[in-house]
Amino acid sequence: MKLSVDDVRHVARLAALRLSPEEENAFRGQLEDVLGAMSELATLPTAAVPAMCYVQGDGGATRADVVQGELGLEKALQNAPARVGSHFAVPKIIE
Amino acid sequence: MPIADFQPVIGLEVHAQLLTESKIFSGASTGFGAEPNLHTTEVCLGLPGALPVLNEKVVHMAVRAGLALNCQIRLHSVWARKHYFYPDLPKGYQITQYEEPICEHGNLVFPFGDTEKSVRILRIHMEEDAGKNIHQGAQSLVDLNRAGTPLLEIVSEPDLRSADEAAEYLKALRDILVYLGVNDGNLEEGSFRCDANVSVMKKGATEFGTRVELKNLNSFRFVKQAIDYEIARQVELVEGGGKVEQETRLFDTQRGETRAMRGKEDARDYRYFPDPDLPPLVLEPAFVDGIKATLPELPLAKVRRYVDVLGLSEYDARLLTADKALAAFFESALAHYGDAKKLANWCLGELSRQVNEKGVALTQVKVTPVQLAGLLQAIDGKTVSNNAAKEVFGAMFESGRDAQSVIAEKGLGQVSDTGAIEAVVNDILARHPAEVAQYKAGKVQVFGFFVGQVMRAMKGKGNPQTVNELLKAKLKLTRAF
Repeated sequence: MKLSVDDVRHVARLAALRLSPEEENAFRGQLEDVLGAMSELATLPTAAVPAMCYVQGDGGATRADVVQGELGLEKALQNAPARVGSHFAVPKIIE
Repeated sequence: MPIADFQPVIGLEVHAQLLTESKIFSGASTGFGAEPNLHTTEVCLGLPGALPVLNEKVVHMAVRAGLALNCQIRLHSVWARKHYFYPDLPKGYQITQYEEPICEHGNLVFPFGDTEKSVRILRIHMEEDAGKNIHQGAQSLVDLNRAGTPLLEIVSEPDLRSADEAAEYLKALRDILVYLGVNDGNLEEGSFRCDANVSVMKKGATEFGTRVELKNLNSFRFVKQAIDYEIARQVELVEGGGKVEQETRLFDTQRGETRAMRGKEDARDYRYFPDPDLPPLVLEPAFVDGIKATLPELPLAKVRRYVDVLGLSEYDARLLTADKALAAFFESALAHYGDAKKLANWCLGELSRQVNEKGVALTQVKVTPVQLAGLLQAIDGKTVSNNAAKEVFGAMFESGRDAQSVIAEKGLGQVSDTGAIEAVVNDILARHPAEVAQYKAGKVQVFGFFVGQVMRAMKGKGNPQTVNELLKAKLKLTRAF
C-alpha cells in the first residue's frame, strides 16, 4: 500500500505530533510496511465470518444511579502538572 | 431575487443533560456549582486503567425520551469513541454512540400558529459531556466536574422551514423532556443546548443548499435571531453570485450576527470506532414495554384533552400545560372542584400572580390544590364574595391555611341571610327619602347610591346579588305607593 507524505502529515496531525521532514519520510516507509502486513489479512476468506468488535460478548455490567467513589480534591489533583486553586492549569488552548 | 423566493431548511441538534444523581460511567456526583474537580473519580480524570461502568438510569431516561418522541428503540446499541484533543477531555476521546444509537426514526408534533407541525427525529443517542475550561492569562484552567455528565443528543431531520418553527420545535421538545423528568430545560445554564444546521435553496428547487452549523444558541431568542441572520446572510451571498461554504459559525450575542469558527478544510476527523471498554448495550423488550407503560401524558395530549374534554380555550390550555407543575396543581384541584373554567381562571390568575410576585416555585407553595378547591366552593356557596376571595387566597398562600379558617378570622364571610340584608335595606331607604323620591321620579342612577350605602353599612359582606334583588323589590314597592 502506497502512502504519501501528506498521509503521514494527516496522521501526525490527528495524533498531535510534530515531525521533522526526515521523520516524515522515515515513518512513511514504516507505516507502509505495517499496512502492507495488515493487507495480507485481507486475502483471507472472511465473507462468512461475522465482524467481531468485542471479545466479551454483548451486554455488560451496569450500576445503580448512586454517588460513590469520588477521589477528593487532593487525590484528584495530586498528578496535576500545575494547579490554580483546585483547577488543573495547562498551557492556554483556545479552539 | 428577494428573500421570499428562497426556502430556508433547518435541522436542530439538541444536547440535553439528564437529571441523574451520578455520572454516566462513574459514581461521581453531577451536582452543579461545586468547587472545581471535587466531583471526580479515576474515570472522569481519564486515569490509565480506569474502566467505565454504565449508569442504568441513563438508559432508562434515554428510552423514556425515545418513546415519548415516537422513536424505534434499538434493543442492541453500540458505544463509540470520538477522538479529539482538548484539555477538558482527558481521555482524548468522548464516549458516545455513532453507528447504532439507542433511538431512531421518531417524530415530534407541536402546535404552530393555528395548526400543528410534525418534525421527524433522525436519532437520539447517549453520550458523556466534557469538562469546562476557563482561559486566564497564558493558562487554561480545567474543571472536570462536568466531565462524564450524561447527555442525550437529539437530532432532527431538516424538516424546519423558518426560525419561528425552529423556536417552537425547541420549546415543545424542552417541555416534553421536562414532563418526562429527564431534563430541567434550562437553556441559560446550559443543561439544554442547541446547535442549528441552516441552508437555503431557491423555491421549487429539489436539492438542499450547502449547510452551515450554528453554535452558541443559548436562549430561544438567540435561536431565532441567529437563524434569521444566517438565512439573510446566505441569501445575500447566493444573490451576489457567491457560494455558501460548509462551515461552523458561532453566534455573537452582542452583535446579533454569526461568524465563521472553522471551515470545511478544518473539518474534524474524529476517528470513530466501537469502544472496546463497553460491550454493546442489550435491552429486553419487556424493559422497553415497562417504560412505555409509565409514560406520563405529554403536553400536546394534555392541551387536546383540556380543550376537548374540559372545554377550556386553546389559549388557557396551552398556558396551563406550559408549566408541568401548574398543570399538576390544576388537575389535583380539579378532582375536588368540577368547574374547570373557573378553576383555570384562578390557576392562571391569582395563583400564578402570587407565585410570580413572591418568587417561589409552585412545587414549594404552602397552599394546596384541595384548599384552592375549598375556596372556590365557598365562593359558589356564597359564603365569601368573589372580591373578598382574592384577599382570602392571598392569606392562604402566605399561611397554608384553609379558606374557611381565613374567612372566619378576617371576618370576610359574606352575609347571604335575606332577613339580615332586608333589615339594612329597609333602614337605608328610610334614611334617604330624598333619593328614594329621585329614583321614583325616574332618576334610576340613584340605584348605585343605595347599593353603596347598604354595602358600606354591611362592611362589604352583603351578598351583592341579594342586596340588588332586595333593593329592586323594595323600590318597586315604594314606587307603587
